[in-house]
Amino acid sequence: MYGIRPELLDEFPEQYYCLEDYEKVAAKWCPGCGDHAVLGNIQKLCRDEQLNPAKTVFVSGIGCSSRFPHYMKTYGFHGLHGRAFPVASGIKWRRPDLNVFVITGDGDCCSIGAGAWIHAIRYNIDMTVMLFNNEIYGLTKNQTSPTSRIGTVSSTTPLGSVLPPIHPIQTTLGVSNVSFVAQTVDWNPPHLYATLKAAYKHKGFSFIHILQRCPKFQSGLVDQYTGNKENLYLLTGNDGVELSDSMKASFKNKVEHNANDIYAARTLAEQPDRIYLGVFYRNPEARRYDEYGASNLGFTVDQKISALNKELDKFAV
Amino acid sequence: MNQYPKTGKDTFQATERDPVIREHIVEIVSDSGEGAQKCGQSFAAISAKMGNGVWTVEIIPAEIQPPARTIESASGIRIRLGSRKITNMGDEVDLVVALNEQVPYARILQKAFRKGTIMLLESKWSSDESEYIRTQYAKALDDFEKIGLKIIQIPMEVECLKVVKSAKKGKNMWVLGLLCYVYDRNLEIARNQVRFTFRTKSEDVIESNILLLDAGYQWAADNLDFRFPISPIETREDMVVMNGNEAIGFGVLGAGIEVCSMYPITPATSASHMLAECFHESGGLIHQAEDEIAAIGFAIGSSYAGKTPITITSGPGIALKTEFIGLAAMAELPLVIVDVQRGGPSTGLPTKVEQGDLLAVLYGQPGDTPKIVLAASTIEECFHFVILARKIAESFRTPVFLLTDANLATGQQPFPRPNAVKDWFSPPVDQSPWKKDVPPYDWNEKTGLSRRPIPGQPFGMYTLTGLAHNEIGQVSYDPENNQKTSAYRSKKLVTFRNTLNPPQVFGDPEGDLLIVGWGSTRGAIEEAIEDLRDEGMSVSSLHLRFLSPLEPGLKEIFIKFRKVMTIEINYSDDPDDPAIGKENRRYAQLAWVLRAETLIDVDCFSNVEGQPLRPGNLKMRIRRELKELEQKVK
Repeated sequence: MYGIRPELLDEFPEQYYCLEDYEKVAAKWCPGCGDHAVLGNIQKLCRDEQLNPAKTVFVSGIGCSSRFPHYMKTYGFHGLHGRAFPVASGIKWRRPDLNVFVITGDGDCCSIGAGAWIHAIRYNIDMTVMLFNNEIYGLTKNQTSPTSRIGTVSSTTPLGSVLPPIHPIQTTLGVSNVSFVAQTVDWNPPHLYATLKAAYKHKGFSFIHILQRCPKFQSGLVDQYTGNKENLYLLTGNDGVELSDSMKASFKNKVEHNANDIYAARTLAEQPDRIYLGVFYRNPEARRYDEYGASNLGFTVDQKISALNKELDKFAV
Repeated sequence: MNQYPKTGKDTFQATERDPVIREHIVEIVSDSGEGAQKCGQSFAAISAKMGNGVWTVEIIPAEIQPPARTIESASGIRIRLGSRKITNMGDEVDLVVALNEQVPYARILQKAFRKGTIMLLESKWSSDESEYIRTQYAKALDDFEKIGLKIIQIPMEVECLKVVKSAKKGKNMWVLGLLCYVYDRNLEIARNQVRFTFRTKSEDVIESNILLLDAGYQWAADNLDFRFPISPIETREDMVVMNGNEAIGFGVLGAGIEVCSMYPITPATSASHMLAECFHESGGLIHQAEDEIAAIGFAIGSSYAGKTPITITSGPGIALKTEFIGLAAMAELPLVIVDVQRGGPSTGLPTKVEQGDLLAVLYGQPGDTPKIVLAASTIEECFHFVILARKIAESFRTPVFLLTDANLATGQQPFPRPNAVKDWFSPPVDQSPWKKDVPPYDWNEKTGLSRRPIPGQPFGMYTLTGLAHNEIGQVSYDPENNQKTSAYRSKKLVTFRNTLNPPQVFGDPEGDLLIVGWGSTRGAIEEAIEDLRDEGMSVSSLHLRFLSPLEPGLKEIFIKFRKVMTIEINYSDDPDDPAIGKENRRYAQLAWVLRAETLIDVDCFSNVEGQPLRPGNLKMRIRRELKELEQKVK
């Protein structure tokens, strides 16, 4: 007890979770894949927020990034392609005590799961959603994704893709009841971490679009991303992203943005050539479907029996 | 007001003119939107409350408001009521009420009427301002007389207008009053039923509907010279009356299920309507998902988080849910899936009866997807099987299917009032610490069973995956592991089957012919068998409730009969077709399963006409079958 005042001991947490409490096995992603950086920063966030691993669930679909839950020493649900949102929604709806994270990729979210994505935004159930967008299908080996740029050469478009990409931020901001939309990049860990944290702190469907490198199938984009600071713009303002001054100073371009202004957010999202980092929009007042889901928990069996009998009376002969 | 009787008599005094009869089949047909079903459901409920056996079948057009006075517009309901338990819709109609002369043609197409069927027909069309309609009416009268219907023309609208300003809505309640007179229903019970039917409407609406009811009753008393008294069943317990979908809704309440995740689909949706009215007051909520896939995905999430949910759908929904059903089987998640079957394939016959999903449910997923499948054969079973399904799902850590069909879904029948016991209800979500040395799939080698950790339980953390996995939930492509874990999942069915008794034969346990059925056809089959046995024929029947795994002892039962034949409402090739022979015939779905299971040459009789089975037709078919067996001996 040397150096510790005994009367303060009560304030020590019963259990303190270390990084190892969230680390399961070494990830099997390719070397240089952006997924590694997100995994490390999520584990750090869990530690910093002292999330109880038993009360934390990582839900994913199918794809490279969707292996994520297997690398976390928490509860996890590695489900079906495109279906992470309905599963995560079902988990959280009547379990307000759980911390729910969703991991999805550009194929998983913006292609096969697009319908569920739109409705998940509208449900606005409290969960932290990370869209890993590397603009390519990796696990099935190099097919064009709906977020691939025009001209992307892949196994399915050897002459270059012909359709313009979906811009996930733009799409998300177009859905009613949207409550939190942010963008970050895997190769800037401080910004990635600060954005994850702001998203986690937001109560509602916190959507983070993570631009991410795929050195295997999108190697051409890696240098374009990391080497070019010209089209990176840091959003500053009331967005809840806590960055150090030196971090802020490292950005050449900064844009003052009001994250409560959806029209301003949509205007930014209409400029896909510029990469804005930070929170586009947040609305803590948006209606949350999980609050409805948790509105009548904990009925006893006796209460249920009397409700059943009351209803049966109406059908009695 | 005073000119109308306050109440009817409690029991009818049979007279020579109106002797007490055992049963009657009544239909009400109208244009869609005129409330024939509301009238018929109320009539059925009143009859049930007076102690009669009742079965109803709705006649539902495919569109909400098709052009009036057409065959397509025919909407209505059949009520079979009797002084004994009624288990099916019966054969031809004894009395039909028609609100115009065109809609009965739809029923004539279905061969619903017989010679001598009484038709109470709205007469206003005879003096319609359109000559075309007047001509149509005259022609219809002629047509109906030719096929032997006894027509009584009734000025329904004229009479309604004497009590209300507009007869557009409300004619159905006037007809209800008329039927209450004809069948000697207690008028006070009838008035209370009208109050219940319109419970969400204003006092004015309720009042004017009661006026119409009374007026219909009085008009019939003054103008009709016949009545059909049907005495109640003698001894009876406390009963409830509802349709199969409502019974499923009640089953959800009785199982203590807290999440029903669904997407609207005919004919399943009304189960959630019933729940929507009262679920929140019993600790549950309905989630109307964005599509069928999301509906089961949401349910599966809810199951993973600890509460066994239910999802209710029909054939096309099952098709969409296929991938998630596979995940639930692979990852061993408890889940109740109700399939209220309709006519298929594709969108098929949305409002009609078919038992066409059996094979899709059993085998519709890629790879081996063992699961437990139950089929309710009565409305009462719709209730109890939800409770049973929830328990099986949790004990065996598996998806459980409950099959019903459009016949059960919309048919009303009284049954003993369920007496809820605590044991029916799901326990609270376990949040106690998980034993550290127990893996998330601690498969028992003999039974295939395992316990499952639930998020929130300390030390139980695992990642569920639809990929092949080992006992700690880790992805594993190891050949031996996949073989072993597939066997564990399959073994659960063996374990479950060991808990089942062999099914009971209806009739003698041996004889010439055994009819095997499943689902909603039980009432019609057993009625036919009973009648034929009374005639001295050597025929029995067997009705299966468990279709995966099948109930044990089937082969032992089958070999005691000279012939085994299923009767089903799904497609099979007609053996009388010259192109069809033993080698190429495609069998009905249960027959297919039973042939594979027992290696016995099980025959089948089935059709896809979209109608519930009629005992009369079955008797005809079974007589033919018995005759052929007899000839074989000679």
